[in-house]
Amino acid sequence: MLAADSIPAQLTDACDEVRRAEPADAVAGVQPQFVAAPASTAQASAVLKAAAELGLAVIPRGSGSRLDWGRPPERADLIVETTRLTRVIEHEAGDLVASVETGITLEQLASVLAGAGQRLALDPPANGASGTGTVGGVLATGVAGPLRLRYGSGRDLLIGITIVRADGTIARSGGKVVKNVAGYDLGKLFAGSRGTLGLITEATVRLHPLPQSTAYVSTQCDSPQTCERLLAAAVAPAVAPVAAELSWPLASAPIALGIALEGDPAGVTQRATQLSEVLAKEAGQCDGNPRTVVSVTDSPPPWWRSGPAAQPDGTVLQLAFWPGELVRVLTELRSAAERASLDPAVGGSAAAGVLHAALPAASPADAARIADFITSLRGSLDWQAGSGASPPRASVLIQHAPAAVTELADPFGPVPALHLMRAIKQQFDPAGMMSPGRFAGSL
Amino acid sequence: MTKPTPAAPTGQDAAVATLAPRLADICGQDAVITDPMELRTYECDGLTAHRCSPGIVVLPQTAAQIAAIVKECAQARIPFVARGSGTGLSGGALPRADGVLIVTARMRQIIEIDAKSRRAVVEPGVTNLAVSKAAQPYGLFYAPDPSSQQICSVGGNVAENSGGAHCLKHGFTVHHVTGLEVVTPDGELTWLGDGTGNCPGYDLLGAFTGSEGTLGIVTKIVVKLTPIPQAVTTLLAAFNSTGEGGAAVSAIIGSGILPAAIEMMDALSIEAAEASVACGYPADAAAVLIVELDGPQADVEAETAAVRQIAKDTGAFEIREAADADDRAAIWRGRKAAFAAVGRISPAYIVQDGVVPRTALHEVLDRISALSAAAGLRVANVFHAGDGNLHPLVLFDDSSPEQTAAAEELSGAILDECITHGGSITGEHGVGVDKSKYMSRMFGADDLDTMQLLRCAFDPAGLCNPGKIFPTPRLCGEVPGVRREAEAHPLVASGQIEHF
Repeated sequence: MLAADSIPAQLTDACDEVRRAEPADAVAGVQPQFVAAPASTAQASAVLKAAAELGLAVIPRGSGSRLDWGRPPERADLIVETTRLTRVIEHEAGDLVASVETGITLEQLASVLAGAGQRLALDPPANGASGTGTVGGVLATGVAGPLRLRYGSGRDLLIGITIVRADGTIARSGGKVVKNVAGYDLGKLFAGSRGTLGLITEATVRLHPLPQSTAYVSTQCDSPQTCERLLAAAVAPAVAPVAAELSWPLASAPIALGIALEGDPAGVTQRATQLSEVLAKEAGQCDGNPRTVVSVTDSPPPWWRSGPAAQPDGTVLQLAFWPGELVRVLTELRSAAERASLDPAVGGSAAAGVLHAALPAASPADAARIADFITSLRGSLDWQAGSGASPPRASVLIQHAPAAVTELADPFGPVPALHLMRAIKQQFDPAGMMSPGRFAGSL
Repeated sequence: MTKPTPAAPTGQDAAVATLAPRLADICGQDAVITDPMELRTYECDGLTAHRCSPGIVVLPQTAAQIAAIVKECAQARIPFVARGSGTGLSGGALPRADGVLIVTARMRQIIEIDAKSRRAVVEPGVTNLAVSKAAQPYGLFYAPDPSSQQICSVGGNVAENSGGAHCLKHGFTVHHVTGLEVVTPDGELTWLGDGTGNCPGYDLLGAFTGSEGTLGIVTKIVVKLTPIPQAVTTLLAAFNSTGEGGAAVSAIIGSGILPAAIEMMDALSIEAAEASVACGYPADAAAVLIVELDGPQADVEAETAAVRQIAKDTGAFEIREAADADDRAAIWRGRKAAFAAVGRISPAYIVQDGVVPRTALHEVLDRISALSAAAGLRVANVFHAGDGNLHPLVLFDDSSPEQTAAAEELSGAILDECITHGGSITGEHGVGVDKSKYMSRMFGADDLDTMQLLRCAFDPAGLCNPGKIFPTPRLCGEVPGVRREAEAHPLVASGQIEHF
């Protein structure tokens, strides 16, 4: 038995920075005992090995900005944080590739890469004051931003990964070349796994040049139907946007649209001008409002990348859908919300088929209403289309919600092939030590 | 490269033969092949160095039939291998004498084109190019374009995570697949992903794509369709050395331009292509670059001017620009004919698929020249220069055992160079049976062991395309470190072919 305030020697032997956890270290309300901050992959391996021997449940943590996502863990004994893993291991500008330790924040990495005129084309919304998070956290939570339309999310930009398994085994897959099909791609498996399969300590990512020029074309419209028509015009090959976003803060507000164009300065200017003419014409025809304003700016509209501003005790949903179903998704979302007397702020990458819906902090009494809204929305989006027994072409994921809500509504909802996910968890973490109970199917 | 004679049936071959009536019940008699002569049609894929007649071939027409076939195999503990069009270049679809070969060639239906969502739902036997043709009326195309796109199947593309000349900008198969219906190795039909590209849960879709048929068999595929670019330009630039060509590639990428494709051919491959298809590339060129730019008109024009200037500055002595689609096809003709053309100037060749960081291209090409000279064997270089994916073709006379051995050694030495420079043993052809012996040069034992945890989750019995990718299979459920001997290919074991 441990003395009340002692730290096991196995942990202090494994890592030179281990402390007792404080109340601020709680994970979705569950209080851990210890916090370890390894300084290298080797130390992280020693820590996880020691934790496995001690039977400690481990929660990996980056900046902690999205640590409340998912269910509260069944157990949380040891937080392994990546705050000391901040090295850029290699940045070969000519190869447009960088290898980093995963505790580096996106902002820190961006400033290194900008020196070579490059970027990691991943722009998730900031989560409160803590910034957009670490590379590891962004990969593990699978978050992305407006640029996903052109560049995809973290899994699409990740070309190599180093992970530490629950038993301390260090393993790598992929490499540092973009084109590589040697072996299974564990990066895909770990991206979005939320710390339930192991700890990501190093990542190699594909980079892109910083654009020579960027323009934002913004407008607004009155209905989902008009919104869809404007977006269809915006994603035409003559426009080739890198992002096409919407923001619909209240049911009674107009829908704001923003289209981002990048590339050759003259080309961008020409495309922006053409697009704004097309949008003005289309919007005028659809909404019968000849005075529709379309603006072209160098900087994004104020709501850009604000995403679902997470508030304590707020609820944030992610809706993913086949992009052609935008009108249906927006309509069902508003009508399910109205039935529950809720008015969420909606926004996101409409053309890529990803939206967010955010509700402000709610009293415990509201939890049932919010859960009903989610369940009802899932029901209305659970349509079968086309090919027989295929899964629904939309999903509603609770990214963040008070425990009172997630007790009533499954954060992940129905997930295809859950039995395979369970088998994978069993293989990677047979003792159930990594972020236990937080994932789909309570994995 | 010795041609095998059919092996005498062993006990296991006899076991697989007993499945024939069951498979005929499932798929109909005309879908089951047991005749030894007909079976030999399927003895290899696009890599003919590895051959093995399958125990049985079955040609199902539905996902339910595949599920039923796999279930039979699982119950009888008989291995099975899936095959699409058989164009793979790593022996990934090499059959087993003691197993069932499940061929998806009869599953060629394009189930749905959802132009509004920019998605298509297709069966696994549909050819890559057929998807683009079906999408074309909607102004869309399917971006991954392996060189074999006229005949290769989308199911095979998923298994191999196929690339193509244009993946430099447009990405690989894994970036364009958003949902898969698969039969898992226990014979269950399930979906991985939901077509959105953002399905909750582990990214099984991403992990499955490129798993070379070892995690299950694809029965339906949801792919993303991409708007056809407004403008395309194709440039051909001729240089006095591959070094100059390589410098042009670096300068183009360094300028912030991302072409759809950058291909390079050296003097020997140009010579072969010229002799074969009279592609009319500039005479005396020691290297040609093909650079294709696509996107909105105005941007493509600006980028074309910039690339022309860079090529000139780095020493191009001639630059041509395709005036129309016919011109473009003429420029690509030489590149696309290169592999076959090399076959005309040499009795045999080995094509490799190594990848190096772009910045190491020059150094590695020099090393390949030196290795080639030392081995006394010619090497033609045809490659995707933009992403550092080399396809060195090692030319040799397969009637000489010494040359055959030397070619194999040279090929391995080239892959070692790729690994030494931080690259990969395969960029797009896959590991299959051909390169599994190189895997432990690129990955450590723990890496390979960890990858195989995924295999154990999907296929604990190890029946689904066994013997591919991994040099030493992991026994699922056992403690790590306990391994059985690598399974030798049956024909290697019986001394009928050499491992290649």
